[in-house]
Amino acid sequence: MASVGSLSAEAAVRARTAGSAASEHRIAVWGAGVLAGLAWLAAAATTAQWRDVMPWDRTPLLATLEAVAGGMLILIAVAGPQLNLVTEKLRALGPWLAALPAMLTVWEVVTAKLGLLPLPFFAPPQSILQVYIEDWHRLGASLLASVVLLLPAYFLGIVAGFGAGIAIGWSRAVYYWGHPVLRFIGPLPATAWLPLAFYFFSSNRTASTFLIALATAFPVAILTSSGVSSVNSAYYDIARTLGANKRFLVLKVAIPAAMPEVFVGLFMGLGSSFAVLVVAEMLGVKAGFGYYLQWAQGWAAYANMYAALLLMSLLFSGLITLQFKVRNRLLAWQKGVLRW
Amino acid sequence: MAKRGIALVTAASEVEQVQRTLGMRFDVREVSHRFELRGAPLLVLDRVSFAVERGEFVALLGPSGCGKSTLLRLLAGLEPATEGQLTAEGRRIEGTDPERGLVFQDPTLFPWRTVWDNIALGLEARGLLRSHSERVDGALKLVGLSGFENAYPHQLSGGMAQRVALARALVNQPRLLLLDEPLGKLDSLTRMTMQGELVELWRRSGFTALLVTHDVEEAVLLASRVIVLSDRPASIKAEVTNRLPYPRHREDPHLMQLRRRVLEYLSMDGAL
Repeated sequence: MASVGSLSAEAAVRARTAGSAASEHRIAVWGAGVLAGLAWLAAAATTAQWRDVMPWDRTPLLATLEAVAGGMLILIAVAGPQLNLVTEKLRALGPWLAALPAMLTVWEVVTAKLGLLPLPFFAPPQSILQVYIEDWHRLGASLLASVVLLLPAYFLGIVAGFGAGIAIGWSRAVYYWGHPVLRFIGPLPATAWLPLAFYFFSSNRTASTFLIALATAFPVAILTSSGVSSVNSAYYDIARTLGANKRFLVLKVAIPAAMPEVFVGLFMGLGSSFAVLVVAEMLGVKAGFGYYLQWAQGWAAYANMYAALLLMSLLFSGLITLQFKVRNRLLAWQKGVLRW
Repeated sequence: MAKRGIALVTAASEVEQVQRTLGMRFDVREVSHRFELRGAPLLVLDRVSFAVERGEFVALLGPSGCGKSTLLRLLAGLEPATEGQLTAEGRRIEGTDPERGLVFQDPTLFPWRTVWDNIALGLEARGLLRSHSERVDGALKLVGLSGFENAYPHQLSGGMAQRVALARALVNQPRLLLLDEPLGKLDSLTRMTMQGELVELWRRSGFTALLVTHDVEEAVLLASRVIVLSDRPASIKAEVTNRLPYPRHREDPHLMQLRRRVLEYLSMDGAL
């Protein structure tokens, strides 16, 4: 590591002196980018040169991909500054881009190269690569099935939870009757309803949709109602003196004022909807990532499991990121809030 | 802004004429008010009676927590009085009315709305925004904040936020403006500037102004009449009329004299 570090420092110094010699306006190469590129090349060399404990078809491909990543990074690091390709965002990613190949190599060495970890359970990177190449259609179908089940159910849950939350937060009568029910039933994990739901609903799919919606609705309802009922009463007073009617007070005062809390509820609801989605797919719906994981378990296909988990985290993390993007756009007026 | 105000107001008699037609007359008769505080009734207003003519600038002066703000809430129509009668232009005050605007000590701007949208609130609530949107720009200009249309409240200083709150109340062109210590939280320099601006706004717009304050100097400087209230439960202790013409000067000996008189009514000797 130390030798690599000094090497990049040397390279940076060389680049800087070369730059100042050629012209004052030339920009130095992106040092951290070069370092990260070299780390990827080192990972590629390790993958390619070191013999695997047992043969894997995709070892050369993994090495090639690592080498391509390294080559591209170095290219960007050297030529990028002139072309304005090295943005602040990319620069901030530098340490991660260098750490990733290091972690990948450690994983590669303890599994494929040394066999230190018990093999079928700890799949090496190339075996996961193989799963993506050979089983992409099933993984793709699972992704599609999960999204198609999750999104409508999640939106249903948002609508129900938001509506209930506003009614409970706004009306004393609804609060009196609704809040105890919410407090009593809400903490039950939606998955606990699974056996009953599969019995009551005509299809497992409908049952799963209901459960995902339920899991989403609870946090959304709680936080929406708390948001609505904790609105500064001076806002209502001001709006009333300005001529606002009840409808205006709800739509233009209570709801916008409660939005920061509503989004916390949406975030929590999204998290619980993922949990219910996977369990519902494992136990009822014969499709989606949950089903895929269970199938992989049945065949002890651990590489497939890792491949699916990786895709799932990409999907779920992407959905949460999307939601935060929407929130940041809608709540641009806010300062210092929960960050994702 | 003050200069522009003076330029527009050409003659004192003209101002008075405008105020007599635009301002609102209101009457507070034998009003008492109680709160329920942990089961026990708490009397905050004790048979308060006074009347205000169109276009007057009246200050309600009293110690903190004496019930002045409650009186404003009753006049705004935010809550009904426990006893007694409040009338505006001869009609009983029942509920809020855009003709009676209210400005709090805190600007209470809606943080999710821009300055422009905050000021537009009254017109939007009454369904007049499309036809009268030019009034928003007018109000913005009136308080000297043109150019800040798209700023959010958290980007404003205290004085600017309070100016927006004033503009928001003025967009409805109220005939009575109820001011609940609107300058109470501002630093002394901003406060002095805005005292002048407030008087100019009142002189130009012709509304009746009722200012709640516990600042004696502010009361005698701004108001044409000062009503001194007692400690809770508030009742009227004294009334002081201030005939000094506007624009007034802070150092005017007449104001100093009035200040001393008012302080005597508040049973303080004026010296620290």
